[in-house]
Amino acid sequence: MNPVNYLYLAALLFTIGASGVLIRRNAIVLFMCVELMLNASNLALVTFSRLHGNLDGQIIAFFTMVVAAAEVVVGLAIIVSIFRTRHSASVDDSNLMKL
Amino acid sequence: MTSTGEAVQFWVLAVIAVGGALGMLLMRKAVHSALCLAATMLSLAVCYLAEGAVFLGVVQIVVYTGAIMMLFLFVVMLVGVTSEDSLKEQLKGQRVAAVICGLGFGVLLIAGIANAKLSAFTGLSEANAEGNVQGLARLIFTKYVWAFEVTGALLITAAVGAMVLTHREHVKAPATQRELAAQRVRDNVQLPPLPAPGVYARHNAVDIPGLLPDGSIAEDSVMGTLRERGQIRDVSQDMLRRMAELEADTADWLGRPPSARPTPPRPRQELTPVPGHEEDAE
Amino acid sequence: MNSLIPLLVAAPLAGAALLLLGGRALDRFGHWLGTFAAALSFVFGLVLFFSMLGRSAAQRPVQEHLFSWVPVNGFQADVSFQLDQLSVTFVLLITGVGTLIHLYSVGYMAHDERRRRFFGYLNLFLAAMLLLVLADNYLLLYVGWEGVGLASYLLIGFWQHKPSAATAAKKAFLVNRVGDVGLSIAIMLMFTDFGNVTFNGVFGAADQASKSQLTAIGLMLLLAACGKSAQVPLQSWLGDAMEGPTPVSALIHAATMVTAGVYLITRSGAIFNLAPQAQTAVVCVGAVTLLFGAIVGCAKDDIKKALAGSTMSQIGYMILAAGLGPIGYVFAIMHLVTHGFFKAGLFLGAGSVMHGMDDEVNMRHYGGLRKLMPITFVTFGLGYLAIIGFPGLSGFFSKDKIIEAAFAKGGTEGWILGAVTLIGAAVTAFYMTRVMILTFFGEKRWQPDAEGHQPHPHESPATMTTPMIVLAFGSVFAGGLLAFNSSFLKWLEPITGHSEGNSPLSSTVVTLLTMACMLAGVGLAYAVYGRSPVPVTPPVGSVLTRAARRDLLQDDFNHAVLVRPGSALAAALVYFDSKGLDGFVNGLAATIGGISSRLRRVQNGYVRSYALSMFGGTLVLVATTLLMRSV
Repeated sequence: MNPVNYLYLAALLFTIGASGVLIRRNAIVLFMCVELMLNASNLALVTFSRLHGNLDGQIIAFFTMVVAAAEVVVGLAIIVSIFRTRHSASVDDSNLMKL
Repeated sequence: MTSTGEAVQFWVLAVIAVGGALGMLLMRKAVHSALCLAATMLSLAVCYLAEGAVFLGVVQIVVYTGAIMMLFLFVVMLVGVTSEDSLKEQLKGQRVAAVICGLGFGVLLIAGIANAKLSAFTGLSEANAEGNVQGLARLIFTKYVWAFEVTGALLITAAVGAMVLTHREHVKAPATQRELAAQRVRDNVQLPPLPAPGVYARHNAVDIPGLLPDGSIAEDSVMGTLRERGQIRDVSQDMLRRMAELEADTADWLGRPPSARPTPPRPRQELTPVPGHEEDAE
Repeated sequence: MNSLIPLLVAAPLAGAALLLLGGRALDRFGHWLGTFAAALSFVFGLVLFFSMLGRSAAQRPVQEHLFSWVPVNGFQADVSFQLDQLSVTFVLLITGVGTLIHLYSVGYMAHDERRRRFFGYLNLFLAAMLLLVLADNYLLLYVGWEGVGLASYLLIGFWQHKPSAATAAKKAFLVNRVGDVGLSIAIMLMFTDFGNVTFNGVFGAADQASKSQLTAIGLMLLLAACGKSAQVPLQSWLGDAMEGPTPVSALIHAATMVTAGVYLITRSGAIFNLAPQAQTAVVCVGAVTLLFGAIVGCAKDDIKKALAGSTMSQIGYMILAAGLGPIGYVFAIMHLVTHGFFKAGLFLGAGSVMHGMDDEVNMRHYGGLRKLMPITFVTFGLGYLAIIGFPGLSGFFSKDKIIEAAFAKGGTEGWILGAVTLIGAAVTAFYMTRVMILTFFGEKRWQPDAEGHQPHPHESPATMTTPMIVLAFGSVFAGGLLAFNSSFLKWLEPITGHSEGNSPLSSTVVTLLTMACMLAGVGLAYAVYGRSPVPVTPPVGSVLTRAARRDLLQDDFNHAVLVRPGSALAAALVYFDSKGLDGFVNGLAATIGGISSRLRRVQNGYVRSYALSMFGGTLVLVATTLLMRSV
């Protein structure tokens, strides 16, 4: 099997995640979709690492994970505080930027 | 090229991962989405292991599946397990556009990968010679040490940020008992204790209201739940009814004509239903 | 001594400021304050005059620099005065006649509750007029020029409660603006041609300038003079200006302000001498106005309007004389001075008659007043004899000289101009005799006023008759005094220059011709008005008479030629503005607004919508990258 298949899998997962961001309205699910996109890119990085035979790809994937963790912590905190004030986790309810 | 074993493993894992991703996308309940995502992440973790990224595979399981997904689930519980997306799309054309964009993007990506010259395949056996973790550590603490330290600062900032965002400040000191009492006086609600329920010579139960001096019942003396359910037993007329029965028996026994008989007393006051709960009181 | 020159202007200016800003506290003695300011200025003028007499001709002109007004590199305008023989003549005329008319107004305006304001305006006029004649540069002259225009406007419209007065004031102001534009253009031309607007600078550089430049400046100055001096074609305001109080008519619209045009042309003689075309234009304007005013004066029944026509005609004489160049400058000024005396006297006499006749102005309702108003009759009569040029009186000397100068122009021009001035003299004699007969002779044709009161003509108070008497003395002797031994000619010659010209007729012949014309005019007027009773309602008259009653159709002409096309143009512009410009601008705004409100829908505030556009953008980027790579 050609390891490039891993890249195809990553591309597929990334596309599903991106579509999910556009389609789903629940802010938590939206975040999950973002996480899925990050994971897909991690898979691609790990595969590149294997293809090139050095570990730099894995290092970048590692940093991605750390940043994703930080992002999730802050993002979920924002969701909780928004839920507290607006009693809704739907992103469509927060259209206050509209004129 | 890789071994056949890895090929089989890949196809199984790929199906699980894509299935999990699609499930996450299509499930209406957030909890189900989270579980589907966990499945995808686990299969990706196995993929990492298979690709020689042992450390990342373990970290994927521990951090992502263990910590981040649990955090997601906590928030889902906090926000409401039952919260669902409504099926109705509010933005016109959003769903169609998203699907078209997604398909186009996927096709483009796959076409791009297919076109790329990815013939080189080195493998990690050389890089992982002294162990994957050792190799990573060597890079992190030498070449990437500055990025590593900055990441530490980022994590600290994220932790502080989360605390700031979820922390609720008390704007003013909690009210004392004295202040609460004063507030009750200002609001003009019941100040003394509520009247006790019917402690009577013959009845002593919480569903029997006490009687006011004029013989009517004091509704406050019964607990709110019973009142809402309409389970109040009005006993104020019991005695009179018994007297009337006794007199009727006496009249029967004496053979008095019906016209000479005393009329049985009518209840002086019907039990008024609690306002707002008329249907419950029936 | 020279420091007195600014005080000439300052005294009436301070009087005006005090009277106009002082409030009701000054009501009791404000008129005397105004008269005092005028008299003070007159005294200063006399002092300066005598001090000038004591110097030799070359040292007579003096300059007094007060302060730098516009000190800009390349453009210097100073507030600085020039007192020479010409200015001092004007100063004495203005302050002298001005003081007398102030005195007269004390009596004439006695019953007007806004008398203090009236005197404030009069003082303002004096200050502006003195500034005009004392300025040593055209810019400062322009300030005075506008100042007298403002005072004239305020005084014509003094009885602003009368719509006719308010309209007349507006008309005078607007027509004057046309002339003022000419003056301002002339000043700009001077600055561009000579880089300088002072008299000395401009006149010194004039002989190097091209003829076309000088002609342009001359014509613009002529336009200015036409506006201020009521010359054809800007003559239409003077008749209506008689709506103002009579002292105003006497001072501003007879003796001083309307002669500012003559002053301007005489002062700018250095320019006109080098621009013969402009001079010809001046002469034409003067000749036409001379006849125009005289004809109008023959037909008017309103005593003041008849005198206004006469004023126009007499100024026509002066303009004509000034247009003759060095032959006529001195006589233009001389006639101006004598005219100042006798015309002011005539107007004051008319005012006195009106005062006695309950403000009746129609001469056909006068008649037989000579017994009832003897002083007025005598003073008015002396003014009358002066204006028609009765031998020995003022008008005789000055007008005769102008007619001589007209002949002295030489050639065909000289004959034509001489004929015109002679006809003018005859007509002048005719209409003045008519005024005299209608007013003071014949039977009484007095009409009761609207409430049925019969007028009771009476002689005016001393404050009014005194100035009339003084002016009558002037009317009688001023001309002789000025002409005696050619003293005025010698006095002014250093400033204006003088040449005798070559008259085809001897001076005696001209004098005799003038006498004959004058007697013919008087005789004709006596034949028409003196021998038969005058009808109270005017007869229909010939076409010329009817046209003359309508000021020779000047207003109809202006209306048809200027007002109607102007209104049409304005209406067209308004249409173009509202439909064209506004339509374009509003349409543009509406288009942008419409596009914006449609574009605004894109900003719907939904974060997923924004994410979609981001994703679409990414899609395009990826597609482009791949496409470029494959190409």
